[in-house]
Amino acid sequence: MQALKPSAGDSAARASRQYLTFTVAGEAYAFGIARIREIIEYGRLTPIPLMPAFVRGVINLRGRVLPVIDLAARFGGPPGETTRRSCIVVVEADADADRGGTDLGFVVDTVSEVLEIPLERIEPPPAFGQHIRPDFIEGMARLDERFVVILDEHRVLSIPEMAQLSRLTQGAAA
Amino acid sequence: MNLPLQAVMQTFCIEARERIAELEAGLLTLEQAPSDTEALSAVFRAAHTIKGSAGMLGLDAVSAFTHGFEDVLDALRTGARRFEHRLGELLLLAADHLALLLDAAEAGEVPDAALQAAGTALLQALHEEPQASAVPALPPPLAPAPMPVERERPAAETGGPEFWHLSVRFGPDALRNGFDPLGCLRYLHTLGRVLRVVTLTDALPDWAGFDAETCFLGFEIDLDSSHERETIAATFEFVADDCTLHILPPNSQAAQYLDLIRALPEDDLSIGEILVRSGCLSRIELEQGLRAQAQAAAGSKRLGELLVDRHCVDADVVRAALERQAHGRTRRTAEAHTLRVQAPRLDELIERIGELVTVGAGATLLARELGLPALDELATTLNRLVSGIRDNALQLRMVPIGETFARFPRVVRDLGQELGKDIDLELCGEDTELDKAIVEPLVDPLMHLVRNAVDHGIEPLAVRRARGKPGVGRVRLSARHEGANMLIEVADDGGGLDGERIRSKAVAAGLIGAGEHLDAQGLARLIFAPGLSTRDTVTDVSGRGVGLEVVQRNIEALRGSIEIESESGAGTPVRLRLPLTLAIIDGFLIRCAGTSFVLPLDQVEECLDFDVAALHAPPRQLDLRGRPLPLIRLHEFFGLGTPCGRRASVVVVRCGERRAGLLVDELLGEFQTVIKPLGPLFEHLRALGGTTILGSGEVALIVDVPALFALAAARTPPASSLPAPAKLACA
Repeated sequence: MQALKPSAGDSAARASRQYLTFTVAGEAYAFGIARIREIIEYGRLTPIPLMPAFVRGVINLRGRVLPVIDLAARFGGPPGETTRRSCIVVVEADADADRGGTDLGFVVDTVSEVLEIPLERIEPPPAFGQHIRPDFIEGMARLDERFVVILDEHRVLSIPEMAQLSRLTQGAAA
Repeated sequence: MNLPLQAVMQTFCIEARERIAELEAGLLTLEQAPSDTEALSAVFRAAHTIKGSAGMLGLDAVSAFTHGFEDVLDALRTGARRFEHRLGELLLLAADHLALLLDAAEAGEVPDAALQAAGTALLQALHEEPQASAVPALPPPLAPAPMPVERERPAAETGGPEFWHLSVRFGPDALRNGFDPLGCLRYLHTLGRVLRVVTLTDALPDWAGFDAETCFLGFEIDLDSSHERETIAATFEFVADDCTLHILPPNSQAAQYLDLIRALPEDDLSIGEILVRSGCLSRIELEQGLRAQAQAAAGSKRLGELLVDRHCVDADVVRAALERQAHGRTRRTAEAHTLRVQAPRLDELIERIGELVTVGAGATLLARELGLPALDELATTLNRLVSGIRDNALQLRMVPIGETFARFPRVVRDLGQELGKDIDLELCGEDTELDKAIVEPLVDPLMHLVRNAVDHGIEPLAVRRARGKPGVGRVRLSARHEGANMLIEVADDGGGLDGERIRSKAVAAGLIGAGEHLDAQGLARLIFAPGLSTRDTVTDVSGRGVGLEVVQRNIEALRGSIEIESESGAGTPVRLRLPLTLAIIDGFLIRCAGTSFVLPLDQVEECLDFDVAALHAPPRQLDLRGRPLPLIRLHEFFGLGTPCGRRASVVVVRCGERRAGLLVDELLGEFQTVIKPLGPLFEHLRALGGTTILGSGEVALIVDVPALFALAAARTPPASSLPAPAKLACA
């Protein structure tokens, strides 16, 4: 790996980041590992009624109740089917969020690996032509002749936005 | 600022705010009763404490201002100035200013120029108060300080002084009844040699509370006389009804002095003083004793013991004096036996206990599954202990509602003045305790309701007169426990709700149709609707039509409910019903479509068996003992698919006066529920009040019954389209 920036001291940290890669509905995605707390087996989930499909429900994680997001549904597709390989990725509250920071989990079909991706390999998101909302994409990483979508964690897991969507859903139901 | 200092600072600010609240309360009391010396002392103490602590922390702005403030209070105490309405006003403003200075200090800022100028102006105004009102200077005490008359020590055999000792306390009405205490003292001179007179001024109030016609004095007299007891007592015969007299003959034994010490009304006296007053110890002996104590190693001997060692006094007498002193001290320290704990630590403890409750429930479950009676018994004991600890822990979070109520006298007073209404605020049940987590969010709703009562409730003076009501309006703020709930009532003796006015406003606002009929309760509920104000003009106080809606929302967020009762002309009591705690509730566990739900137990009335197969489709209404009962099918309501089994149950839940049946799959019984909030993602989800973790680790959902009712009502088609109620067999 080459240092691209002149400040050699912290360039190693700057020049690449670690990502967890996983698949959702057959597509490969990457998520920065900084906020990832743990990965647990899928199970014992309590569905919460009157919520949009992208909220799977809540789980009991050692005495704490965490919401679980269905990424497939969050991306606009049908809710993901759970298999034996389904996992819940638990992430810490978004420290940057202006309000409503909370730990939460999201469901993925399979967890692949943790990758160190050099920044030079990351390209800006294309303006169109993707199957998910462009603002969910932080960038596209080119890995061995395939592309992985790097998710913008702040947007994908934005509690205020999801709460807003949920409110609309319930408004329609009431 | 380094960390420890910051912590000290924080504590200071918390305490200083409490002191300011005391100060304000005292000033308001003084406004009603300017001669209340206790209130004045409390105000003075509060200011003094703030000044001292602020000085210690180097908060010069705060301490300098408080100093000026204190000067005025001191002048009031000594009687140099009199408490007048305008001064009271200024002092209240000064208290407000002090709070601002504290805010600045807490933020680590030096007060800006505007704040400083305001403070200077305030102090100036405070000090500029006309001196003409000052009362004449304190006259010299009636009887001068006792001359230290040397007296001979009584012979050791007789064990007491060789003179009479008289303790006289004149009653407050002695002067009014025409008696002159001095005359009695003069008469004593004719009976023998008056060795010593000590005037007791302990009962004397501060000058503000001084009444020249009231007698506050008492005397301790040593008399060398050969007359009989009767003759000496006869001196006070005419005042017998207005004085308390103790006479100890010469050569009295220690026991008798002991009794006298106990009988004396004065408190907080050092041992020496008491003994000097009792006449069995001279001042010189006392001074010698004090010197000897100073010389002795620190703490090795108490003054009393020294005096006994030096054979000045009897050991019994000293013990009696010490007892009295200790009595005074215990009373004082009992007030200081509180411990300040940071709220997050307490929350952590309660969260832990919550987990303990969950584990306990798991243990019970396991014991039953395994069918081991011994384990079951153990689990039962464990649960009993845990629930005891739970109650203790929750107690720790309980604070008396009085602290919240304390701010309202000022609010009502200020608002009353602003609106030109004379209003008396009555507080009741201030000792009633509830969870601190509920107290804080309660302040705003209460504020709205109290302001509403003052503004809308109490009629203007002219109207009150015309209706034959007393000119002074009454607002009553009361709190009491009712079962597992706290009931807070804000009531006024005003004109009540004007039903017609509300109706016309509601029609105008499009909330109801012009021809729609509503009963009194329904009309009353309309005032909580958004955008409705019966006021024609928007004032500072109210009239925007947003207040009550917010109140309702806040109260419901606390899982409380709000009831309003009003008859025209008879005031408007608004009743808030709140849970005592938000952390743990007794729940009733049910299952529906594979998901567990918890209903708050106090909202569950009864359970009924229900045969689904008997009916083609479950009806929307049941007939429960002749009364229609709306039925909410939980599956359908929550969109959980169709019921699975052929049998189902109906849980009758209640919220205030409303009832409904919930159709569920399975009843699982009572369950101690630790509430875990659902978090911001589910903020809008009003029908669910939170979650809880069952013994099995599964997450169950807590149903918010009032919100469920509201949502169900919003979804229900108009009543005319309902099918006839189905008959229901009670199980």
